[in-house]
Amino acid sequence: MTQQQAKELVRKVKENIFEIPTDFQEGMRVPGRIFVSDKLMNDLEVNTLRQTANVAMLPGIQKYSMAMPDAHFGYGFPIGGVAAFDAHEGIISPGGVGFDINCGVRIIRTDMEASEVRPHISELMDELFKAVPSGVGSKSRLRVSGSELDDAFNYGARWAVESGYGVEADIEHCEDGGFMDAADPLKVGDKARKRGKPQFGTLGSGNHFLEVQEVDKIYDPEIAKAYGIREGTITIMIHCGSRGAGHQICTDYLRVMEQASRKYGIDLPDKQLACAPADSREGQDYFKAMAAGANYAWANRQVINHWVRETFERVFGRDADELGMDLVYDVAHNVAKLEEHEIDGEKKSVYVHRKGATRAFPAGHTDIPQAYRSVGQPVLIPGSMGTPSYILHGGERAMELTFGSACHGAGRVMGRGEAKRKFRGEVLEKQLAEKGITVKATHPSMLAEEAPEVYKSSSEVVNVVHELNIARKVVRVKPIGVAKG
Amino acid sequence: MNIPGYEYLPHPADVRFTAYGATLEEVFEQAAHAMFHVIIDTAALNPEHSVDIKLESEEIDNLLYDYLSELLYLFEVEEIVFGQFRVDSIEKTDGSYILHGQASGEITDPERHSFETEVKAVTYHQLEVTKEEGGYSAHVIVDT
Repeated sequence: MTQQQAKELVRKVKENIFEIPTDFQEGMRVPGRIFVSDKLMNDLEVNTLRQTANVAMLPGIQKYSMAMPDAHFGYGFPIGGVAAFDAHEGIISPGGVGFDINCGVRIIRTDMEASEVRPHISELMDELFKAVPSGVGSKSRLRVSGSELDDAFNYGARWAVESGYGVEADIEHCEDGGFMDAADPLKVGDKARKRGKPQFGTLGSGNHFLEVQEVDKIYDPEIAKAYGIREGTITIMIHCGSRGAGHQICTDYLRVMEQASRKYGIDLPDKQLACAPADSREGQDYFKAMAAGANYAWANRQVINHWVRETFERVFGRDADELGMDLVYDVAHNVAKLEEHEIDGEKKSVYVHRKGATRAFPAGHTDIPQAYRSVGQPVLIPGSMGTPSYILHGGERAMELTFGSACHGAGRVMGRGEAKRKFRGEVLEKQLAEKGITVKATHPSMLAEEAPEVYKSSSEVVNVVHELNIARKVVRVKPIGVAKG
Repeated sequence: MNIPGYEYLPHPADVRFTAYGATLEEVFEQAAHAMFHVIIDTAALNPEHSVDIKLESEEIDNLLYDYLSELLYLFEVEEIVFGQFRVDSIEKTDGSYILHGQASGEITDPERHSFETEVKAVTYHQLEVTKEEGGYSAHVIVDT
């Protein structure tokens, strides 16, 4: 089948929704659904459609194999892939979560006006860059013991707060209260522990960042107020994950799952989709280890959050409370969760895999913190370097359309190698400076890899979920300072 | 394509490459080279420190996955950035492949080393070691 023929099989259901029929690929148990605009559909690689179709072949999949508007070619699941599997008849797959378990985003609000911060931005970014280690091979300022590592695996952000890295309200404002209680550190291998220990409290590299932003536009004043956000003020966004700990957990369990797929006779269209029945020993072992990895990531972001507060206190000579530095929310965008969803009129327990997708629960959902329950969960969509990020709220149709899921970012369109050939870090740094954005990076080539042009337009992506009422726009923020590994 | 050698192929987000070698040992060495060359300019690294590597896997594809994953692990935990790779032997025994080799490089030092792209992990996606005319090729995608 040629690329053109493959694309012709895809049918437009309605505005922003396309369907991959089951005859697209032999063995599909359910159709695929791609949530994109006509323009984004046009630009979508056929490989992304194929990967969405591959996921549709896995046992126990419910309704549709889905791809969010920022979807692109990944490994196993497409990036932007969402799929729910029956908790008994279905499977769990590390390929549906990815290596960077609980890669995610958090955003801190402040009472500081952008005009107060701008004159100090260069010093502030220098200090943040020093306070939060980043880049390949960087080591933490923190020396955790083996038992502290266990606690982080078990209790995530809660452990961090109890150890002095934050306040109680931070935990309430994290997805899942900052930890998944399914976690079992005994299911985490020795290698993952060894990699995780020295990297605890590091940002990492690649698309991870720490950004100081200005609230640029308010779309929904009432909900923005509920989230504590006011136009013209400063917000801080942290994007990172579970570091080597998560990468190694996934690496180890892919091997286990590869064997398990054979043992349980699961036909795989792609080895990266290696999986095990949800209630098998292998499936549950992975789930417990993955949850530990997710908790590590929440603890990691919490520790970084604390250092960000300390840095602001030092630079501005006022304490974090006085600056109003409260955590708005923290979301995971690479994770599998056991959730209840209504499917064909019945409540069902399913393992929802979100790989490069953000949970987006609507108003009234009991998993949303009390403070936000009447307006819906904050959905954080980071933009690419130098471009705006968005805060949305979970929309009314999210549960029905996407198992309560939205996009997670802009979505890449250009490889890192090509980006490095095309762009020069030094030039980008200057261009961003002209736009009033101060950038700190370990290496100029890092900037070239993450040039804004290598991503889809975040506004185009966000508009799709907005129009579909999966998640609605609340606030737009634009960067004034960026630190990258 | 020269044998031995490797080439990078287009990919929108991750890094994808094919390595070539006259023997299995050589194609493994080339794949390791290709992966570390994403992280750093390997040509500038001296073999100051070495580690021995011994692995056993049931299939050749899995052995490559294990080998590359082991190198990433050693890079982070032993804090050696590798620039030279030697695979002494890949033996096929009853139901498994056994690899013996060595990797050498320098102790990681952010002051001294200019790192490029972080490789998070080796993926199984389209991972394949293939016997071809005149040798072997290995296709790999690493998550970056």
